[in-house]
Amino acid sequence: MHGFANPARFLRLAQWLAPLLLTLGLVLASAAMAWGVFVAPADALQGETVRIVYLHVPTAWLGMGGWTAIALASLTELVWRHPLAGIAGRAIAIPGAIFAAICLATGSIWGRPAWGTWWVWDGRLTSMLVLFFLYLAYAALADAARRDGEGSSRIPAIFGIVGAVNIPVIHYSVLWWNSLHQPPSITMGQSAMAAEFLVPLLVSTVGFSCLFGAVVLMRMRAILADQQAEARLRRKAMAA
Amino acid sequence: MMHEALDQWTFVIAAYAIGLGGTAALIAQSWLAMRKAEARRDRARDKGREK
Repeated sequence: MHGFANPARFLRLAQWLAPLLLTLGLVLASAAMAWGVFVAPADALQGETVRIVYLHVPTAWLGMGGWTAIALASLTELVWRHPLAGIAGRAIAIPGAIFAAICLATGSIWGRPAWGTWWVWDGRLTSMLVLFFLYLAYAALADAARRDGEGSSRIPAIFGIVGAVNIPVIHYSVLWWNSLHQPPSITMGQSAMAAEFLVPLLVSTVGFSCLFGAVVLMRMRAILADQQAEARLRRKAMAA
Repeated sequence: MMHEALDQWTFVIAAYAIGLGGTAALIAQSWLAMRKAEARRDRARDKGREK
């Protein structure tokens, strides 16, 4: 892990990995969604609206996965003082917030014909909304910490770890409380979904994961380049 | 299941418009921010070499 503590080595890796993930993600996500929308059958109960699942589920998983990654990066930053961990956390915050927002919006659009309502304040929907606000709060804290200097990066890191308590709440909310939202259709090694729905869903999830990874790498490259430019300008100003 | 007056495809199209629009905007903004930051860094490096 500390092999990538050197930003130059990380940049060499990100330079070819970001375009690769972006291309792979665009191909896989586009193919899976085209398959889901135009080829896969309609569901016997949900009708055509089941096609929203190929977009809604990957964004929900990545919204939760993004915060899990922030929590791991925060732990790495606090325990091992890895120089790229804080940058990774900052780079994940906005993509995570956007994926959580897409999950909420597409879930709401799906809920109107399926449940007869755009929104209910049940455990799953409310905890996902809390996740969206946690992302915004983390992004604001990380931005404030960047302006204050390196010493204050501990505050967003602590927030990243504490906020992870919401992830199991989201996952188990449909089992702990009564909810309009259905329980998990896919668990470890088991699926209640037929293959004609499951395969495009899994391909879409892999595609969106590649896109998420590409976006995070691009944002990390942007943060590192900003830091390098500022350091050079500062050195130049001191030398003048 | 409640039967909507609206066609179910309207909901599908709305969901994909929001989802794909948001994802495309995120990718474009991240790409542009990266290019802009790296160009700024390279300019700062070139100015340092000129001195």
